[in-house]
Amino acid sequence: MSAKAARTALLSVLSVAALALSGCATGQANHQTTSSSFDSSAQLKGKLTVMGFGTGDEVATTRFDNAKAALSGVQVNLLKGSLDIQQFLSSVASGQSPDIIYGDRGQIDSFAARGAVIPLDDCISGEKIDTSSFRKTALDQVSLNGHVYGIPEFNQVEITMANPVLLKQAGLDMADIDGSSWDKITAASQSLSKTKDGKLAVIGYDSKLPDFFPLWVKANGGSLISDDGKKATLDSPEVVQALTFAAAIYQKQGGFGAVKAFRDSADFFGKGNQFASNTLGAMAMEQWYVNILNDVSPKADVDFTTFKDRQGAPLSFSSGSAWAIPKGSPNPGAACRFAKSMTSTDSWMKAAAARVQAREKDGKPFTGLFTGNQMADQKIKDQFVKADPATNWGRAIEASYTANESSFAYPANPAGAEFKTAWQDAVNHVINGQDQPASALAKAQQVAQKALDAGWAQLNGAG
Amino acid sequence: MLSTSSKRRTAKQPRAARASTKGDTRAAFLFLSPWIIGFLVFTLWPVGYSAYLSLTDYDVLNNPNFVGLDNYRQMLSDPKVSLALGNTIFYTVFSVPIHIIAALALALLLNRAGRAAGFFRTAFYLPNMTPPVAVGVMVLLLLNGQNGLVNSVLGWFGIQGPDWTTDPNWVKPGLILMSLLTLGGSIIIFLAALRAVPEELEESAKLDGANAWQRTLRIKLPMISGTIFFLTIVNTIAAFQSFTEAYTAFFGSGSSTYGNDAALFYGIYLFQQAFTFLHMGYASALAWLLFVVVLLVTLIQVRLSRRFVYYESAQP
Repeated sequence: MSAKAARTALLSVLSVAALALSGCATGQANHQTTSSSFDSSAQLKGKLTVMGFGTGDEVATTRFDNAKAALSGVQVNLLKGSLDIQQFLSSVASGQSPDIIYGDRGQIDSFAARGAVIPLDDCISGEKIDTSSFRKTALDQVSLNGHVYGIPEFNQVEITMANPVLLKQAGLDMADIDGSSWDKITAASQSLSKTKDGKLAVIGYDSKLPDFFPLWVKANGGSLISDDGKKATLDSPEVVQALTFAAAIYQKQGGFGAVKAFRDSADFFGKGNQFASNTLGAMAMEQWYVNILNDVSPKADVDFTTFKDRQGAPLSFSSGSAWAIPKGSPNPGAACRFAKSMTSTDSWMKAAAARVQAREKDGKPFTGLFTGNQMADQKIKDQFVKADPATNWGRAIEASYTANESSFAYPANPAGAEFKTAWQDAVNHVINGQDQPASALAKAQQVAQKALDAGWAQLNGAG
Repeated sequence: MLSTSSKRRTAKQPRAARASTKGDTRAAFLFLSPWIIGFLVFTLWPVGYSAYLSLTDYDVLNNPNFVGLDNYRQMLSDPKVSLALGNTIFYTVFSVPIHIIAALALALLLNRAGRAAGFFRTAFYLPNMTPPVAVGVMVLLLLNGQNGLVNSVLGWFGIQGPDWTTDPNWVKPGLILMSLLTLGGSIIIFLAALRAVPEELEESAKLDGANAWQRTLRIKLPMISGTIFFLTIVNTIAAFQSFTEAYTAFFGSGSSTYGNDAALFYGIYLFQQAFTFLHMGYASALAWLLFVVVLLVTLIQVRLSRRFVYYESAQP
């Protein structure tokens, strides 16, 4: 082969390879509609494929077994692992939907807007699911245009966690870092923060940006979005002020880069966590971390209280998981009953009993279960939870239950992912020193509103 | 003069040869057919279909809606396209030459390593066996500004290393540094090329008094210039499509909310548009822009190669 021919051949192969690698494969949409009836007295049969759920602990296993028992005539097939959006959407597009999915509540609105999941109004009425027992914030997160698209499952809320020894050394107490006074937090972050050999040795206060930005905004009396989910309010004064404050916390400790690098180097889930190693003064964190700390470092110096807004009222941002039925689900009747069983009060009570037994066996306290079902939460608390406020773990439990009753959530909207990316980009630009809060949020406002407008137009246009 | 029977025999031979050639061709196509079918179904068709989708508004779940050149127009006003393209070009411009020079230097050393060459070949290739996702996690561990190994080593020399993973100015240099972990493949190819350089050429140069540096510069490098060209093109295309390491380190599940703009490579932005926002039509248009850019760069490289690349087979 001549050199010219060789080069031509090579170029052709490379060009095709480049195109192949940069191309996007697609699937064809399935427009199958569901006409199945939902009937709580019907004897169900067939198969049920569950996607996105894992039976990793006794709480999951107990409820899963309970749901299988409720579907005695149905063969339940569990595809273990967290929900892979790409896999899920491809399966719906190719007409091979699973029967039911388990995912983040923050994803359900985007799925609903595109018709990937079906409204559950018929499922709720047919299976007689008592939605009044569900937490309103959780239900709002999976409701779009007056329809419910998900059955809420777990609920996550934030509480304040702090190292009392470091606080005492700095002459501070829990009230100084619970969020009720931003001036006190600023002062505390400076007095708790320590450097050694020019490097950060103790993070004074971690405002957990960008993740917990919605919490700071709400604590400041603001909101990222209007109550109807149609108008972005990212450039409102309350939002700008919240970002200015929360980002400044990092600047006073060497910058976000230094704090994040130090945070990333910590053994977050292990015995050398930030509290056990005395390298963190305080932070707001989701309540599930209480169990981690109790498991890996039960004797660590850590104390707990609720996160508070600037008026001193307990506050938390509700997030969590939900069950949804995809478009084209081959067995929606069984899927609906499965979701009902997994989230029923009775199922949660059995799961709580199994958890209590497991914790007692390990000689550890039961710290409660936090679900989208408030009736179940109350019953579990009444029957199983023994919180001793004299102990730090008891205070953790009390703070978590108070936070659970004081939670808020943003309304569902059809541009959930783009809206979230817009405000996260703004926060990231500010904490990375690339932009100022007002300017970054003004740009984010444009992007977010454009995405919301397009999303609502598409949703309403599609009927 | 040939006899009549001889003439008949010679006339029959080409026909037989032609029949044999046809049979060989059929057999070749038969053996190639699995690849040809795979190429048509899994490569050519999706590529062609993505060209159509780039002219549509498509969210995977609903039918594509034809929008003409809107997606391409949108790219012009999308600041993230220029940001992602700029990041990717920066990464390519610096990572490819560094990759080629480092791989070539190590291959030249390996070529002289004698018995130990086998061990070092394996040692250099081992990181290539590491999944890219693991490399992404290693980026965060090795380059951690506070306690990472790289800064610890720099500290031994009194140098205070930067925050590689959080300072926007150092994120791309950090990723370029980490790309050197996977030099193994290029080293092996360079080594094979160096081993193929005729020994008599070096011997002649030695007899003429050329030292090791001169022999490398004047004999080995020209003789392996085709390999250098090949690896430059392949690594350039790979750099333009960089995704996994940066995505895992800065946009993956552990960093779901912290996405550093400096690490927003074109492939990552394309993926976000396709699978986070479900803008599959726009993502297809982005893919075609990437194709055009890669094609242009490859054409320029091919054009330039005529001046620098030596093909032994092309000589008279």
